[in-house]
Amino acid sequence: MAMEAAVIEKLIKEGIPDATVEIADLRGDGDHYAALVTSASFKGKSRVQQHQMVYAALQGRMGGELHALALTTAVPEGA
Amino acid sequence: MVDQTIVDRIKQDINGNDVVLYMKGTPVFPQCGFSAAVVGVLSHVGVQFKGVNILEDPGLRQGLKEFSNWPTFPQLYVKGELVGGCDIVREMYESGELQQLLADKGIKTGAAV
Repeated sequence: MAMEAAVIEKLIKEGIPDATVEIADLRGDGDHYAALVTSASFKGKSRVQQHQMVYAALQGRMGGELHALALTTAVPEGA
Repeated sequence: MVDQTIVDRIKQDINGNDVVLYMKGTPVFPQCGFSAAVVGVLSHVGVQFKGVNILEDPGLRQGLKEFSNWPTFPQLYVKGELVGGCDIVREMYESGELQQLLADKGIKTGAAV
């Protein structure tokens, strides 16, 4: 099932308030996205933990409604 | 709660094998692009791994999601620890971190690190 990029961004920002979210619709089908999430709260956390934070923000939609989200997480420079 | 027999099975797999990939399909016949990509990386690095096809076992599939707090597949485990899914594995491979992790854990690879 498809999900709108704006909804994904909103959920991530609700879960991680200081996050910057960039989303690209990879195929233009509303089903395959790439997201770059940058947040100071990722600092000191492993990649697995960073991605788990994003998945938690997506409240169980990842892997279900949201079939394909290529995820990259980063800590902002200077954080 | 995850069924205890499923948890036991997962623990047996990830503690009994240095590198385990829970995936859709098999290493020879991956049934999802993300799983295929990780198989490709592992093959390229030259590391032996146990592939487990989660499509054959819905209980295991659901159990793993809860066990690892990770909603999607593939899931790569090294020495009992979740390394991540396709995005993380690819990123780590490109930066050389994956090769370094395997070397640090004393796991034999066919490629020069």
